[in-house]
Amino acid sequence: MYSYSDFDEAFVRTRVAQFTNQVERRLDGSLTEDEFRPLRLMNGLYLQLHAYMLRIAIPYGSLNPGQMRQLAYIADTWDKGYGHFTTRQNIQFNWPKLPEVPAILSALADVQMHSIQTSGNCVRNVTADHFAGAAADEIADPRPYAELLRQWSTDHPEFQFLPRKFKIAITGAPNDRAVTAAHDIGLRIVRNAAGETGFQVLVGGGLGRTPMVAMVVRDFLPEADLLPYVEAVLSVYNSFGRRDNKFKARIKITLHETGKDEITRLVEAEFARLRPLFGGNDQKLLADIREAFAPPAFRNAPVDAYDAFHTADPVFRAWADTNLTAHRNDQYAIVTVSLKAPGKTPGDATSEQMRLLADLAERYGHGDLRISHEQNVILPHVHKSDLPVLHAALVKAGLGTANVGLLSDIIACPGMDYCALATARSIPVAQELATHFEALKLEHEIGPLKIKISGCINACGHHHVGHIGILGLDRAGVENYQITLGGDGTEDAVIGEKTGPGFAYDEIVPAIERILRAYLGLRQEASETFLQAFKRVGMEPFKAALYASEGAQDAA
Amino acid sequence: MIRENILYSPDTPDRKGPTMSRRFTPKIVTANRLREGDVVYLTADDRWSELHHEAELIEDEAHAQLRLLHASAQKLMIVGPYLADARPGPRGPEPTHFREEFRTRGPSNYNHGKQADLAS
Repeated sequence: MYSYSDFDEAFVRTRVAQFTNQVERRLDGSLTEDEFRPLRLMNGLYLQLHAYMLRIAIPYGSLNPGQMRQLAYIADTWDKGYGHFTTRQNIQFNWPKLPEVPAILSALADVQMHSIQTSGNCVRNVTADHFAGAAADEIADPRPYAELLRQWSTDHPEFQFLPRKFKIAITGAPNDRAVTAAHDIGLRIVRNAAGETGFQVLVGGGLGRTPMVAMVVRDFLPEADLLPYVEAVLSVYNSFGRRDNKFKARIKITLHETGKDEITRLVEAEFARLRPLFGGNDQKLLADIREAFAPPAFRNAPVDAYDAFHTADPVFRAWADTNLTAHRNDQYAIVTVSLKAPGKTPGDATSEQMRLLADLAERYGHGDLRISHEQNVILPHVHKSDLPVLHAALVKAGLGTANVGLLSDIIACPGMDYCALATARSIPVAQELATHFEALKLEHEIGPLKIKISGCINACGHHHVGHIGILGLDRAGVENYQITLGGDGTEDAVIGEKTGPGFAYDEIVPAIERILRAYLGLRQEASETFLQAFKRVGMEPFKAALYASEGAQDAA
Repeated sequence: MIRENILYSPDTPDRKGPTMSRRFTPKIVTANRLREGDVVYLTADDRWSELHHEAELIEDEAHAQLRLLHASAQKLMIVGPYLADARPGPRGPEPTHFREEFRTRGPSNYNHGKQADLAS
């Protein structure tokens, strides 16, 4: 894992000192709130409905056990004993008090973490495939590039006041687990005919009020051109992005208003100008960074214990069949620890759970932890022979839920339980969906399904790319939930289609049940997933199931 | 109304704006405490109370603006004051919108915030 250089260390410490002073000046009245707000947002500190909220970056989702323990310590010392992992590989603390935030930032700096650029119109935390460096389907590890981009974008003088926020995601595998097509820039590692590594570059994706799938602007960008090319895209956006209208300020709008051909021409011209200015130091840096991501020393040992347990223990088998992913070393597995026990808040972990995960990562996982945008925790390198004992420890801590990729593995934004922007709640909808279908015992019957819930049109819960998306709105002073179907966040990204009128808070769970019962009735065989069935039959059968009975009720 | 939307794009979908030139709906002044972030309400005797029903229910538009100005001046006490709709109730003003109702309690997924703090 990458360790801070002296430069990184000094930069983060300087920022903590600056912000400490800024907080003091706010508290003694030297700074007004109007002056202070942009300063606190630059450091990830929001004011939400009930309290402040501190958003901390987990670059490309990677944590070491020491960092995880420090997050637990922060949760216990300055918050309420838990943290919330977000859909962009950040962690949020919901209850910090303003005078204590400098101490939290200092504690973060002690473990090489910070909250810089987790808010504001700048390049945000660079996200990556949470299985990076472990997945069997990976072409190359995306983390070194993500780290290079993090260093380049942090405090980049040209890009601190962009028209809007800017999000970059990178995947090293053809199966896109990083939702790259829904980012301002999406990078997909590819190999060309000569076997060289490079990137397919996507630009202009985004969810929010105007959801768009990104366009491919380069099929193959050579590895060494990464920074100058990304810088060219940002430069063009910085010049042409609309600052007159916040709702039209993202690069996706610039791209659509200016046209792909013209934007591409501008980017290529800027790239031609910038490319010679990169004298190769970026590549030297990349080589150094790459060393920090060398694979762990994999153990060579029998996996009989795993096979025996898998056969003998149905609870272990259910968990193994849903929560494990193929590792590139076939003696190993990638473990997804579900933070979605039915009835719990998606993405929340208690300090006790964080400490246990840190211990388990140390004992069985080569000291590596990941946070996924799907709000789960990953142990990317676990030898199969260790899985039974790992599973037992997880179960004892309430972390053994066997539901990854299934209905109750819901991603949900904080919604109106915390967020000042929300128009409706999302967490209780996720909780009720999970407990309702657990009681019906239908989850495994239904099979692979991604439900994603946002509490406002900004779409932090990625509802547009959920197989079933739920968007909470305020309709005339009442919570109302709009449903979209057929969304897909993978390499075949699709924006979901609206079903029609929304549903009241107490109607949304029965509405989802009607959709899923319709699916069970119309699928051709058990292996046809909800998404496949939707692609085959389209919207109509689901609309009929959703609204037919309603119409009858209204008419009555 | 000042909210944390400076760098974000909030949405008030399909709400047809404030009731333009219609009768003034009663208001209360609310904000968050600067240090703790707690939700507070301006009382008639110039305190900041954590209890919605202790807020001053303002029935007159000009008076509402004056009270908001008074609140805005208290820069060391509170952040982001705004006027929120309210209606009279048996114990005092009650919120009319669910967002303001949630602000009187705290989140629904944990017993945190006011619902816990005020109970103890």
